[in-house]
Amino acid sequence: MRALYGRLRALAVAFGLLLAAAAANAQSFDEALTGFTADSFSDTENAIGAVARSGNARAADVIAALQDGRLLFDPDGKKVYIKEKDDRIAEAATGQAVAGAPANLRPVRLNNRLRRAVEAALGGLSLFAEDPGRRFDAAQAVFKSRDEAALPALESALAKEAEPWVKTALAEARAAVVLNMSGASEADKLAAIPAIRARGDQDSVALLAGLPANTPPAVTKAANDAIASIQSSLEVWSAVQNAWYGLSLGSVLLLAAIGLAITFGVMGVINMAHGEMVMLGAYTTFVVQEVIRAYNPGLFGYSVVIAVPLAFAVSGSIGVLIERGIIRFLYGRPLETLLATWGLSLILQQAVRTAFGPTNRDVGSPSWMSGAFDVGQLNITYNRLWIICFSLAVFVGLLGLLRFTRFGLEMRAVTQNRPMAASMGIRTGRIDALAFGLGSGIAGIAGVALSQIDNVSPNLGQGYIIDSFMVVVFGGVGNLWGTLLGAFTLGIANKFLEPYAGAVLGKIAILVLIILFIQKRPRGLFALRGRAVEA
Amino acid sequence: MLKTIRAVAQRPNASRWLAATAGLALGLAAAMPAQAQDTIKVGVLHSLSGTMAISETTLKDVVLMLIEEQNKKGGLLGKKLEAVVVDPASNWPLFAEKARELITKDKVAAVFGCWTSVSRKSVLPVFKELNGLLFYPVQYEGEESERNVFYTGAAPNQQAIPAVDYLMSKDGGEAKRWVLAGTDYVYPRTTNKILEAYLKSKGVKDEDIMINYTPFGHADFQTIVADIKKFGTAGKKTAVVSTINGDANVPFYKELGNQGIKATDIPVVAFSVGEEELAGLDTKPLLGHLAAWNYFQSDPAPINKEFIAKWHAFTKNPKRTTNDPMEAHVIGFAMWVEAVKKAGSTDPDKVIDAIVGVKVPNLSGGTSEMLANHHITKPVFIGEVRADGQFDVVWKTPGLVPGDAWSKYLPESKDLIGDWKDKKCGNYNTVTKKCGSGA
Repeated sequence: MRALYGRLRALAVAFGLLLAAAAANAQSFDEALTGFTADSFSDTENAIGAVARSGNARAADVIAALQDGRLLFDPDGKKVYIKEKDDRIAEAATGQAVAGAPANLRPVRLNNRLRRAVEAALGGLSLFAEDPGRRFDAAQAVFKSRDEAALPALESALAKEAEPWVKTALAEARAAVVLNMSGASEADKLAAIPAIRARGDQDSVALLAGLPANTPPAVTKAANDAIASIQSSLEVWSAVQNAWYGLSLGSVLLLAAIGLAITFGVMGVINMAHGEMVMLGAYTTFVVQEVIRAYNPGLFGYSVVIAVPLAFAVSGSIGVLIERGIIRFLYGRPLETLLATWGLSLILQQAVRTAFGPTNRDVGSPSWMSGAFDVGQLNITYNRLWIICFSLAVFVGLLGLLRFTRFGLEMRAVTQNRPMAASMGIRTGRIDALAFGLGSGIAGIAGVALSQIDNVSPNLGQGYIIDSFMVVVFGGVGNLWGTLLGAFTLGIANKFLEPYAGAVLGKIAILVLIILFIQKRPRGLFALRGRAVEA
Repeated sequence: MLKTIRAVAQRPNASRWLAATAGLALGLAAAMPAQAQDTIKVGVLHSLSGTMAISETTLKDVVLMLIEEQNKKGGLLGKKLEAVVVDPASNWPLFAEKARELITKDKVAAVFGCWTSVSRKSVLPVFKELNGLLFYPVQYEGEESERNVFYTGAAPNQQAIPAVDYLMSKDGGEAKRWVLAGTDYVYPRTTNKILEAYLKSKGVKDEDIMINYTPFGHADFQTIVADIKKFGTAGKKTAVVSTINGDANVPFYKELGNQGIKATDIPVVAFSVGEEELAGLDTKPLLGHLAAWNYFQSDPAPINKEFIAKWHAFTKNPKRTTNDPMEAHVIGFAMWVEAVKKAGSTDPDKVIDAIVGVKVPNLSGGTSEMLANHHITKPVFIGEVRADGQFDVVWKTPGLVPGDAWSKYLPESKDLIGDWKDKKCGNYNTVTKKCGSGA
């Protein structure tokens, strides 16, 4: 009987303690939240730690809100609120919506040190999230923070995890924590290294290179071996990466030059205003996006696609106007054409500057063009990938147009032998105007793509005009295939030179190489043969 | 490189064309009724066309606003102020021509102008020869102190050095490894030289500093960003100090965002990125990257709120941003006005004597003073990019920082000072006690 009584009493005490603990927990959570109202970085840091440790169910929501800048505080009432995704204001402690929130709410400010603390805390808190993607992100956050406190949670998460890719990430995170823990045994640390080695990216090198000072020598040695092996595989990847960057730069060059390959390459007009056609295309994209933002924000994802035909139309029609208004009077007088089109380029720039202002315009990227993904250790950004695809599509389209349509046939006929073409009944003047419009329109399309990676400012075109001429001359005047090959050769050569020579010297080296090449082969990579050339 | 060649080739034509237009405009202005008798003329020498128009147009507007305001207050010395605006068209030799025209033909009392260091260097001989006054509002590389020039922008010790100090501090992330990335011209090269010497004096080793230059208008930052990412994985906290100029910042930041370099991993602190540059960008991926300036639009000081309201009313555009060089013009203009009142004349020699020691309020709630080396005292702020394209001030210097004309960290200039009050010398050597450089 006494034993039973004793047991009951023990139970009651335990229960009481539990209650007290729960109360203390709630209290410490509320107290921790108050830390956010001080508007001082160190108080906020303490509050993040305290909230993360409180074990409260709301902790993850509060920290996530803090990360997104949705955690608000009332400096007078010392209370913390969360702005929900639908703009409702809720009390941070309870998650209940409040009707009359104070008017002077201010967001809790963060700096980079706090943002790191937030990421680490969130990592520890969302290891057991429903969504495997969030668990993966949490594991990555722990990998970065190497926070010892996360180890128990990490191990139980590891035991429960079913998704193999998340499991790998968790194991890597665990290895990272163990390697940075002073309490872990040498054997544990040695066992952790293979997981990091298998990860094999630059973060792994960073982790292994930055082991704490008291690491046992055997572990340091194993880490150095792992670094050496990771580095050698990273070398190979960096060559692949350079090739990729070269392709990407080449595609930009191709886009910028391909319109010029028509106006300069095929028609022989030295068009200094070519860059401005590109710029007009980029501004068309800007206008399209503004209109979409104003009238139908839902279409924003398609804005770039919608801009392509419009940019072609705008730049193309201006091109036709230029040809009809100026250039047709100057055929056969290259110097005057050069001066006239260059003056025109200044006029167009200043016109755009007057109409849109001298500052850069913000052209947004649709979501399918932002971000990046990894292939092995190669980081591929979506916008570059799309630009490569787009430039090749434009190239194929243009090739098809020249090869298989009546207009293409007439254009080739006119450029090869004008009097003969005219006597066959082709209206050469009309073909000239259309061909110039086509080249300009394609420059406009290029502008749509370039608006995604460069400034949209009145000077946009200037940056590309010389590169475009370089590509066309190098590739061989009058040959689209030459332009394609020239663009990619220059892009890749540039990107392989850049890591060794630097961007400035690399560019100089490329120019010298082209000059030497032109000495050897004055007509470029693909020389056109035939009567037109000799004439 | 080719771009430069082409740029040089095109300039004479551009200048002629623009000069003709400007000449015509001036001729017309001269033909107007001669009411200019009792006005004080103020020259505005900022590019309104060409590549620098993006930055300089705003500064022209701000000077016009300041003049209008001063006239509302009754002008200066009982006369109205009159702005003479010329367009040097981003063309460096034309800057010198226009400066000469302003001083000799228009007889302006002072000139507010220039942005790039090369434009300042190009007008220097003109101001010296004709004894004019130039107020230069942009942060620059230092290593200069001229009698006729007042440097109201930041010297390196008022921007670059405090920014590095911040990144070394606990709040800034205790950076140990440094990337100094810049555009290839005089300002980044000199600033990076000073920073390199400073970092080494703080015990940073050679292998922990990477210096990288890109050509003007560089648009393809893939390799450089990848290199920075790689450099940042050597196990030490890495930070990037960017002196990349103007327009090239947009592709640089876009690439940073795309390659997923977050400010929490590798913070980038920039010296040429302000509210204006960010206006052309989606700033969400840039959250937390830093800028060091002496003024931010988001400054809560009442005088700043008032200034922004006036600016929006003047430009009739409630979205126009304000930035650091604008504040420099506000300070410079107020100092000139004070000095002219003190001297009782707009005569350059009298103004130069009167202006040293003049104190005027700056827009962050403090008071800036013109020093004997013709630089001014300023507070330094570190701001983090916010999602709305403005900056959140996360750190500031405890007090005002006096501008150093000559850097203490470069061996060739560590003994030099500028002193136009007592020594009447821009490069006085404190060791040899002689005027004239030569360390």
